[in-house]
Parts: sequence; C-alpha cells; structure tokens
Amino acid sequence: MTAAIVTEGLRKVYPAAGGLAIPGAQPGWASSNGAEPRGGGETVALEGLDLVVNEGEFFGLIGPNGAGKTTTIGVLTTRVIPTGGTARVAGADVVRQSVTVRQRIGVVPQRPNPDRALDAWENLVYHAAYFGVNRKEAARRATELLERLGIADKARMKVDQLSGGQQQRLMIARALIHEPMILFLDEPTVGLDPNARNSLWEILRDLHAQGRTIVMTTHYMPEADELSDRIALIDRGRLLALDTPENLKKQTPDGSLETFFIAKSGRGWDA
Amino acid sequence: MGRVSAATAPWPVASIANPHPPVPAGRVFVALLSRDLRVARRELPFFLIRTVMQPILFVIVFGYLLPKMGFTQPGYQAALLPGILALSLMLASAQSVTLPMVTEFGWTKEIEDRLLAPVSIDLVAIEKIVNAMIQGIIAAIVVLPLARLVMGPVPGFTFSHFPELALVVVLSAAAASAFGLLLGVLISPQQIGFMFSLIITPMIFFGCAYYPWRGLDVVPWLKYAVLVNPLVYISEGLRASLTPSVAHMPFIAIIAALIVLTGGFTWAALVRFRMRALG
Repeated sequence: MTAAIVTEGLRKVYPAAGGLAIPGAQPGWASSNGAEPRGGGETVALEGLDLVVNEGEFFGLIGPNGAGKTTTIGVLTTRVIPTGGTARVAGADVVRQSVTVRQRIGVVPQRPNPDRALDAWENLVYHAAYFGVNRKEAARRATELLERLGIADKARMKVDQLSGGQQQRLMIARALIHEPMILFLDEPTVGLDPNARNSLWEILRDLHAQGRTIVMTTHYMPEADELSDRIALIDRGRLLALDTPENLKKQTPDGSLETFFIAKSGRGWDA
Repeated sequence: MGRVSAATAPWPVASIANPHPPVPAGRVFVALLSRDLRVARRELPFFLIRTVMQPILFVIVFGYLLPKMGFTQPGYQAALLPGILALSLMLASAQSVTLPMVTEFGWTKEIEDRLLAPVSIDLVAIEKIVNAMIQGIIAAIVVLPLARLVMGPVPGFTFSHFPELALVVVLSAAAASAFGLLLGVLISPQQIGFMFSLIITPMIFFGCAYYPWRGLDVVPWLKYAVLVNPLVYISEGLRASLTPSVAHMPFIAIIAALIVLTGGFTWAALVRFRMRALG
C-alpha cells in the first residue's frame, strides 16, 4: 500500500504571544488550550509527531482543543512551516516542494473562507483556473459539483447569501474541483446543525468510496468513530494512540473513545 | 438544504503513482490576475467614482475657479495638472491593493484560496502589485482628459515626451502598488482609520501634488523632508514628462528614486506577506 502522508518527528513551536499570527488558529489559541507554553512564552504545538496515512484511507485526527490538530493540518497543507522534522504529502516534501504538494491536495478550512467578491459558481471556476484547469472543463466540473453537493440552485448567489452549511459544501466543492489526491478537512462540521452535519457525512462517505484519501480533524468523537478507517489520537502535540476505531474502543471497559482518551492523557476531554 | 446525489465516480482520482502534470507558474499568475480583473470590472462604476471624484473636485476649485477669480498665478495649472494625475494614480493603485489585503488577511481570510494555488507565495503577492498597477494606470488615463477639460488650456502641456511619460507612469504605478501592498499586509482592520489620518493624508499634502518640489526652495527643511514621500517622485516625474517647462527635479533622479522605492517596498511587502501567509 502506498503512503499518502508520512511525517517523521514533526515539531512546531510558535514564538511568544504578540509574535506572528497563526494562520487558521482561533483567537486566544495559545492561551486557552492544552498546548504547552514554554519559557519565554513559546508554545509547543507539535512535539515529534510520527504519522503514516495510506492512500485511499479515511484518517481521523482527533484530540481536544489545542491538541495540535489545526497545526498538523497547517503543516501538511504547506501553510505552517514546521520547526523540526519532515512531512511528505502526496509524494512531495511540504517545505521544499510546497508548490507540488499544493497542487495535489484540497483543503476544507475550519471556517468557510469563500472569495466574497465572487459568486458561488465563480468561486469554483476561478479556483480551478488557479490549478490550470481550462475554462470549459472548470465550468463543467463546477456545475457537476454544485449539483452533487445539492447547492446547484445557489450557483449564482453571492456567497454571503449562503447558509453556514451551504458555504461549507461550497468549500468542499472548491477543495475537489482540481481533483486532488488528498482531501484535508479541519473540523468541517463545527457550527453545523445535525441535518447539515449528517448530509456532510454522507458526502464524505461518498468521496471516500471513490478511493480518495481523506484526512479529517475533529474533536467530536462520534464523527471520527463514524467515518474513519483509522484514528490518530493526539494531545499536546504528541501521538497518544493510532488504530482503527474498533481496536481503540476495545481497550476501554465501556467501549468509548472518550474514556480511552482520559485514560491515555490523564485529563478530561474538554480540558 | 438540498439532497446530495448518490455515489458515482465523477472523474478519476489522481494517484501518487499517476499525478497530474505540474501547472506552469505563468498560467497560475494569469488566472490570479483574471480573478482580480473580473472583480475590478464588476466594481468599475464605484472604482471610477472613487478615483475620479476627489481629483476632479480639486481641479474644479484650484484649476478652474481660483485661476478664474485671479487668486493663482498664471501657470499654476501647469504645476497642478501633473500633480493631480500623480495623486489619482497613487491613490487608485494603493487603494486597489491595500484595503482588499487588510480585509482578506485580517478578517475574512478569503485570501486563503489563492494561497493554496500551486505557485510560490511570492507570485501571489506580485500578482497583487501588477493588478494594482493596472488600476492605477487606468485611473490616470481617465483623470487626465477630464482634468484637462475642466482646466482649459494648460501652458506648456505636451505629449512630446511620451517615452519618458510611459516610463514614469509604469514606475510610479509599481512604486505606489508595492507601497499599497506593504500597507495592506502591515495594517490590521482596526488600524485603517489610523492609516488614513497618519499616513495617507500627510502623504497627499506633502507629496508635491498641489505645488512643485522646486517651489519648496522657500522652505528648505521641508524641501528635503518630503523626499521620504514616494508621491513626490510621482508628481515630479509627471511634471518632468507632461509639463517640462515647470521647474522640476532632475529626471534621472526621479527615475532612480522610483526604482529604489519600488524595489524596497516590494521586498518589504514580500517579507511581510510571507509572514502573514505562513506560520
């Protein structure tokens, strides 16, 4: 089996607060989470993370807020430069071959960030153009994706007029329009109502069934349990466990991932 | 919310063994630029109002009414017209990159989809400069005939130095756009008001747009203090090429300053852009 992602000893230390902004990080990120502040105010977000994700796998990355999930996705999607270690994504190094990596991945962010100057359809067609897809083919794919994601009737709407769930679907369409090998989703169902969440799960299962590699972060255990082939449980930037959901659950008396996490980390899930 | 269609493989999934071929950087650049031009076309009426309104009102008062009332010396229009053009070019260039960058980086994060494009992060930033240059040059082309129309005949006005004019316009647009990008990646959304009152407004008034630089011979310390202001070289460059009879800074000094400023602003903007784009 080919590895889609390999990380070795991946480290990320953010400088003291007041230094650089952390792309994709939530406000108050460094202070309100479990990541470890060090002397001088530095924050260790990843501490030697080793992961292998196989091609075609649905890989769940779970952990509480501040575990290092968003930083991991940031490094793997070339948007965060690691402090140490290496990461290869879709056959290319995330630092030295970042352009190649970007060409081969699709990213669905934690908060939808569509191009607000464009309508939904243009968001897709222009994004495809950035990846060298010709106009006719981009138009065909945009129409088809909007149709498949159930938002074809919103194609000509300004993105501000779409609901949160619809914007999230648009982000998935955008992440897919250039046919990426690997799809990254960072807590894609945060803020979605149960209906929108269920239909997003349906979309993800569908994409996985087509053989696409998917890496999804979540701090919502049932989501990881429901969708993932394997789950990596991380906390404070370290890997606590990596196995199938069934095997992880077998290791606790009540068969719950949360109990497993508490046993492994020595702290509550919402810590 | 609409229903999701059933699982059907719409197109083949690329694999590591069989990846898509790399996309040439030039093609990505053109796509990024066409996105910005599409947005600019859609906002053209607002762009024209924003760009033309202030210079034309200024021209009506200072280039038409005051001369007609006899409050200005004959020949003032020859100093004013290039200055007004310089102002339009600089403000249009800077505005078309600064405000979008402040919002997209600091607030909506919508720049992300372009930062995910398979091209160097620097090229995404350079594209922003090129787009702003185009908008600044369009602003100058729109304002020139309107200003000339309002002012009436301008003594010494000539197109006979067209190659010099073209060089000045392109370099000025580059310097202003790079400066605009630098502001856009330095400033947070909360600091926009501060930027206008403490940076843009003093630049406008001390940019030798409303008076020629050589006129500052009467206030020597100010004559040298304003040299930190990029608008000075844009105004003087347009004077040197459009109304060369007005005493102006040496042309070679203007061109050298515009090249140095473009290089310096671009370098600083790229450094900061990378810092904002990458953690």
